[in-house]
Amino acid sequence: MASKKDEKIEYVKNGKRLDGRKVDELRPLKIEVGVLDNADGSAYLEWGQNKVIAGVFGPKEALPKHTQDPYKARVKFIYRMACFSVPDRKNPRPARREIEISKVCSEALERAVFIERFPNSSIDVFVEILDSNAGSRAAALTAASVALADAGIPMRDLVASTGVGKAGGEIILDLNKAEEDAPDAVDIPIAIMPRTEEIVLLQMDGLMTKAEWKKAKELGIKGCKQVYEVQREALRKKYEAAEKPEAKKNPEAEKPKAEEKKTAAKKSEKVSK
Amino acid sequence: MNENVLWDLKADKVNGLAKQDKRVDQRALDEYRKIEITKNISENAEGSANVKLGLSEVVAGVKMILGEPYPDSPNKGTISVGTELLPLASEDFEVGPPRPEAIELARVVDRGIRESKTLDFKDLCIREGEKVWICFIDMYVLNNDGNLFDALGIAALSALLETKIPKVEDDKIVKGEYAGKLKLSRKPILSTFAKVGNKLFADPTLAEEKAQTARFSVSTSEDDYLCAFQKGVSGGFSGSEIDSCIEMAFKSSKEIRKQL
Repeated sequence: MASKKDEKIEYVKNGKRLDGRKVDELRPLKIEVGVLDNADGSAYLEWGQNKVIAGVFGPKEALPKHTQDPYKARVKFIYRMACFSVPDRKNPRPARREIEISKVCSEALERAVFIERFPNSSIDVFVEILDSNAGSRAAALTAASVALADAGIPMRDLVASTGVGKAGGEIILDLNKAEEDAPDAVDIPIAIMPRTEEIVLLQMDGLMTKAEWKKAKELGIKGCKQVYEVQREALRKKYEAAEKPEAKKNPEAEKPKAEEKKTAAKKSEKVSK
Repeated sequence: MNENVLWDLKADKVNGLAKQDKRVDQRALDEYRKIEITKNISENAEGSANVKLGLSEVVAGVKMILGEPYPDSPNKGTISVGTELLPLASEDFEVGPPRPEAIELARVVDRGIRESKTLDFKDLCIREGEKVWICFIDMYVLNNDGNLFDALGIAALSALLETKIPKVEDDKIVKGEYAGKLKLSRKPILSTFAKVGNKLFADPTLAEEKAQTARFSVSTSEDDYLCAFQKGVSGGFSGSEIDSCIEMAFKSSKEIRKQL
C-alpha cells in the first residue's frame, strides 16, 4: 500500500484515464426493467463492474403501526451488499455504512415520489449489490428509481445518480475503485431530479477547494443527465413492448424478452445464495 | 400525539417568520447560537469535552486503544466514532442499539475529521503491521435542541485537541502516564444548514428542524478546503443553494474556531 502510494500514478494521461475513459465519461451502463416476478416493480443494472438488482413493494400499509404518517407515505430504501460482492467477504450483518446509505437514499427518493398521495403507507425498495467496484450507491439509487417507475408509483421525476470527484488532481466523472484509492481522492456521490436539476443526494469526502467543487458539481449534473437518458430508454423499451401486442408475433421482439426472463432467474438464484 | 401537535405549531411559526427573513429566537439567518465548550470533563478519558450549542448539549470522550492495523494499511492507525442519542436527552430517543439517525451523525462527524487529514494516521502507528493506536471518539447527546451535527463536530474536535497519548511499555499501556499529545494539523468545523421554505438557516434549533425540508452539512478547514458534505432529509437543494451554504460555512467556522 505504502509503496503504491509513493510511486506517482498519472490518473489522466493525454486526456485518457487508467481504464481508457475520458474525464467526463461514464463506465458502460445498462438497465433492464421488470426482472423480478414477485416484486411490484424491479430493475437490474450493470454499471462498469457494479451489478445491482432492485425490487419495489407497495404502496402498502406501513408497519409497525406507530411508524405511519397520516399525511404521507414513507419510502423505505434498503441497501445491502451481498457477502461476495466485495474483495474480502462482507459480514452479512448490516454495516453502519449500509444503514447510512439506506437513510440518505430513502430521503432522496422521498423527494421524487408523490408521498402525500399515500398516507399511512410504506413504499419499500430493496436493493442488493451483487458485485461492486466504486459507485455502488449511485448504481443502487439509479436502479431503485427505475424500479419505482416500473411499479407505477407516481413521481415528480426519476432520480438519476452518479459519482464524481478527484484523483491525481483531476476532476473526473464516475470514479472506479483504482481512482477512488488515489492518495488525494475525493468522492462525491450526487443525485438529482434531472428536469429541475434539484439535488436530492449529495455527499463528499476528501479535500477539495471551492473551485474544484464548482467544476465537480457541473460535471456531476452532466453525468446524472446521461444516466437519466439510460433510465428513460430502459423504461421506454419495456413499455413499448407492452403497448404493441402484435410484437408477440414478431420473433425479433420476443427474443430480448426471453433473455430478460433468463437473466432474472439467474439473478434471483444468486441473491438467494 | 399532543407532543406532535405542539411541534407542528412551532414549525408553523418558524415557517411563517422565515418568509420575512426572521427566526423565532431573533437570530440572523447565518448566525449561530452561543457556544460553550468545557474541556476535560472526564479524568479517565485521554481527552474530553462538553459542548453546549444553545440548549443542545453533548459530551465527547477519547480513548486510545492498542490494536492491530487493517491489512491494507499496515503502517496506519485509525479513528472510530460512535454516537449515542441518550434517552435522557429527548422523549424521542429510546434505549437500544443505535438507529439510523445516530449512525448518520457519527459517520458525518467521522468523515469531517478523517477526510480533513488533520490526523496523520501514520503517526498512530507503533510497529508496522502489528501495533497501532485506534482512537475511539465516543459521543453522547445529553439534551437535544437541534443541530446535533455541529455540536458533536465541535465536541469531537475539542476532545481530540486535548487528547494525550498514553505511554507504552512492552506493548502495554502504562496507566496514568502519557507520552505527549495527539498532533492535529487542521481544525475542521462542521456547519449545518436547514432549508425552511426557500431560506437557509445556519445552526437550526429543534423547532427549525421540524420545519426544514432539507438539511446540508459541510466540513471546512482553516486553509479553505472543503472536507465533507452530507445532504439529509427528504427535500432538495439547487446548486446555488449548496454554494450559499458553503460560503456561510467558511464564514461561521472561522468564528467557531476562535472559541476552541
